[in-house]
Amino acid sequence: MKIAVAIKQVPLRDSPLRVNAAGTWIEEDNLSFEINEPDAYALEEALQLREKHGGEVIVLSAGPARASQTIREALAKGADRAIHIEHADLASLDTLGVGHLLAAALRNESPDLILTGLQSDDLGYGQTGVVLAELLGLPHSTIIMQVQVMNDVQPGKLRVKRELEDGWFQHIEMPLPAVLTIQSGLNKLRYATLMGIKKAKTKEIKVVSAAELGALPPPSAVIEKIYAPEKSNQAQIFEGDAKTAAAKLVEKLRFEARVI
Amino acid sequence: MSVLAIVEQRMAGEVLAAAQEFGSPLKACSIDLPYTADAYTAAAEELIRKVNPTLVVFGHTYQTRDYAPKLAARFGRVLISDVIGGKPPVFVRQMFQGKFNADVRLSGDGPHFLSIQAGAWRAEENPAAVETFSPSSTTSRQVPEAPFRESARAVDLTAADIIVSVGRGIKEKENIPVVEALAQALGAELAASRPICDAGWLPMDRQVGSSGQTVSPKVYVAVGISGAIQHLVGMKGAKTIVAINKDRDAPIFDVAHYGIVGDLFEVVPALVEEIKKTKA
Repeated sequence: MKIAVAIKQVPLRDSPLRVNAAGTWIEEDNLSFEINEPDAYALEEALQLREKHGGEVIVLSAGPARASQTIREALAKGADRAIHIEHADLASLDTLGVGHLLAAALRNESPDLILTGLQSDDLGYGQTGVVLAELLGLPHSTIIMQVQVMNDVQPGKLRVKRELEDGWFQHIEMPLPAVLTIQSGLNKLRYATLMGIKKAKTKEIKVVSAAELGALPPPSAVIEKIYAPEKSNQAQIFEGDAKTAAAKLVEKLRFEARVI
Repeated sequence: MSVLAIVEQRMAGEVLAAAQEFGSPLKACSIDLPYTADAYTAAAEELIRKVNPTLVVFGHTYQTRDYAPKLAARFGRVLISDVIGGKPPVFVRQMFQGKFNADVRLSGDGPHFLSIQAGAWRAEENPAAVETFSPSSTTSRQVPEAPFRESARAVDLTAADIIVSVGRGIKEKENIPVVEALAQALGAELAASRPICDAGWLPMDRQVGSSGQTVSPKVYVAVGISGAIQHLVGMKGAKTIVAINKDRDAPIFDVAHYGIVGDLFEVVPALVEEIKKTKA
């Protein structure tokens, strides 16, 4: 089974972020980057499916040159090879533009299954996987908690557990090939082993420039500016050391909220 | 600007209110089909070609997330998702997990597509009438089974007067007793944000948020929770919200009434001691 996993490189969780001088994106100098967390779960699911069903896992990522580090880390965890679509300024594209790049790179590969995280920690549009399914003409499902490839019983069939709101779930069946967006936390993430890191150095990363993949449609949504949200300032913040602040809070809980 | 609102039961009132604000004439429809991504995409496509609106508005529900991006792509557009404000042609949405807002401008001809965040608009008293749309035909590659719940909930957080809730800031499972002590001192139920339950540090039935329980206790104490929107929708109805977090810029402080900016491993034990002293 050939599984492709689309991953994105995003700023390290909890990085101090600043808006750039033009006010259109964040200042990226001096930032560290890592794999988008939901994509890490998609990669883990792909590796586990390969362990069960055999085949290969191909990592696919669109991003600037620095994304190669995150791609290498995915190879170190066990992916077989990678495709890096090099694009210097991903933020200038909308999701559909990124979808076109990923779809163009995947057309020659014809994977049986395409996985990606349910959303990115930076833009948070939550639609790359769904857009990819449309562009490739494949069925899809989102916010997936469990993937069963039914090869033993019904070859070419997939049964997935999809999360709904308020603690509800639903099973859905669909034919392969298909696209799934994976929910964070559905499995336990593995670490790269020393052996894995060593092996990753010799694994293939095919670099394709975005321009080679054809012209993109003009974006239908343009980020004009980004800015820190206005603080409601309703919160009363208690200053001082832990003990002083705690005492002030307890007083409020006692005399205002009246729960102590 | 002509507007089409595609509504489902969830968030219907909010979607109608937002759509009314965005332009006229307004047409509001619900799709008369059991849900699958393929079936709804095709039905909505047929509806949009018939109505020919400039703007199509959805609620940002799990169902919308499942098919609206596909629908928009079919029209060569993106879905501007999870919008919290603005009006045509510039809408506001959150980025970087709520740390920043972005002004996003519609570009090119319609139809444009957007989904609004739960709680961002208030339902109005006299909403527009919703018509039922039945598509001419339906096919779907997805075959759904009946929705189910994992098991009866052992813990009903909705009945709790006080809730102490813990997030990523707790760092390790071994640290959970730190917040347990606070819950005990306050006589509160212990709850958590999603990553804590995913990691198995607390059981799933203690999760608060869009995929967990929605609570509105007298007091909600958020410890080491940054306040991602998926968590906020589950607790912002609490009467009094207390936030303890090391990051003053964390979105949780935007909904909090009282806050302490600091290391929870110092603040929480101090709080426990102070509560015990007061109760003694």
